[in-house]
Amino acid sequence: MRRLVNRRPKRAQALVLSALPFALLICLYLAASHARLANNPGDKLLPSPATMLEAIHRYAVLEDERSGNILLWTDTLASMRRLLLGLGISAALGMACGIIIGVIPYIRATFATFVAALSLIPPLAILPILFIVAGLGELAKILLIVIGISPVIVRDIALRSAELPAEQLVKAQTLGASTWLLVVRVVIPQMWPRLIDALRLTLGPAWLFLIAAEAIASTDGLGFRIFLVRRYLAMDVILPYVAWITLLAFAMDRLLQHCRSSLFAWAEPGR
Amino acid sequence: MTHLTIKGLWKEYDGQVVLENVNLDIGDHEFVTVIGASGCGKTTFLRILLGVESPTRGRVLLDGLPLPTEPGPERGIVFQRYSLFPHLSVRDNLLLGLELRGAKRLGRLFGKRRRDALDKADRLLDAVGLYAARDRYPQQLSGGMQQRLSIAQSVICEPQVLLLDEPFGALDPGLTADMHELIVNLWNMNRMTIVMVTHDVKESFHLGTRLLVFDKPRIDAQVPDRYGATITFNIPLKGRREPPAGLGAAGAPRDTGGRETEVRS
Repeated sequence: MRRLVNRRPKRAQALVLSALPFALLICLYLAASHARLANNPGDKLLPSPATMLEAIHRYAVLEDERSGNILLWTDTLASMRRLLLGLGISAALGMACGIIIGVIPYIRATFATFVAALSLIPPLAILPILFIVAGLGELAKILLIVIGISPVIVRDIALRSAELPAEQLVKAQTLGASTWLLVVRVVIPQMWPRLIDALRLTLGPAWLFLIAAEAIASTDGLGFRIFLVRRYLAMDVILPYVAWITLLAFAMDRLLQHCRSSLFAWAEPGR
Repeated sequence: MTHLTIKGLWKEYDGQVVLENVNLDIGDHEFVTVIGASGCGKTTFLRILLGVESPTRGRVLLDGLPLPTEPGPERGIVFQRYSLFPHLSVRDNLLLGLELRGAKRLGRLFGKRRRDALDKADRLLDAVGLYAARDRYPQQLSGGMQQRLSIAQSVICEPQVLLLDEPFGALDPGLTADMHELIVNLWNMNRMTIVMVTHDVKESFHLGTRLLVFDKPRIDAQVPDRYGATITFNIPLKGRREPPAGLGAAGAPRDTGGRETEVRS
């Protein structure tokens, strides 16, 4: 019998194993829901699959009576627009500021501590300021995401670019690189996969800030809908929405991972 | 013609003297090998030549002019490791030097200039035996291939002085013979001056036209940092220089007053 640490599942086995916890959770829910509904058919806390399917049909297929929109799609579109704008702006800021902080010692001496302090401001604590200054529109929500995650990306990229071996930078200079060319040909290309890693790690916080902003001041969006129907204890809507948000986030994470390994094969470990 | 002169060079770090009173005259097309115990300042010496450290006192002159105090295209460097660019293929690693010099704004060449650069890169890849591996990334290469690429990368820019910091230190002993062949060929092809730090005494005699031994001539047991290392032996060797056509005695070893020895390799 080999040691536990040396026994590895095969591909098919691994697939089944990874599906196991999901199946377990679903079974657990079904059992609990069934038990509660048997006790009280009017229970709203753990709705049956049929009730949820009916709610999904109402939100994802039928048009809303009042607005004529299909709510799930308009909500998804509104939320994704805010999220992607926030992520895109943060990524651009993160690359630009992170690299100059990481590479140019004078800039690092000036701004590294400042960015470290900025990144510790709880973004939700300044949400009221954003609403006061930027109004209740799209700008405040996107700003909240940017303020929440860009300092983290800036710090990560700054650290990663400062970690590049000194030998590489010296070598590039002996090959005739100016500071500009050093950044363009040596630092930036090596930071793209790092940026993808940083984005994957900040995806969770980005969703958090998005939903917080939508819950407080919005008229559409996935977060808005969840907090709206909470008033009616509409678990049959909330649960599919939460699952849908999770699925979207998961898909984005996988997409980023796929981009990293297909576009930056050189950065894959163990080749 | 490259002439490297070092006059009264000292290097101290907060009271610790690393190098003291180093004087040296290196003529054109020399292959200088530097040996010495670890911690005797030979790497510091190389880093000063490279321009990443500045001397506390003294001067380093290249053809009579002070060396710039930052790394530049007149000097090439091959480190023991980490001097390749992991995001570029073997061929692009070689091309990079030509692109950095040829295109100051974008760092990329296009059209005919790019084709010329690629031709040059491919010829050199062939010469160092990496043509078949030209599309691979550095981390897919063996240690010996990585060092060959690193050397080629420096040589393609035709530096006046090529600095080598224990370039074969991390390689299999079986590989070093090939590497010696390669470096001597490139040195003869490009007529550059080479300064190579090594810990391999045999290698230093085998390759060099001049051998420098760094050591501390004085030691104070109470204050070991009080005195630094200097060149204790400066030995002209025969080396494996092929007579440069039409240049006569330009390549003959120069007498700088060190202990004289002739070693045939």
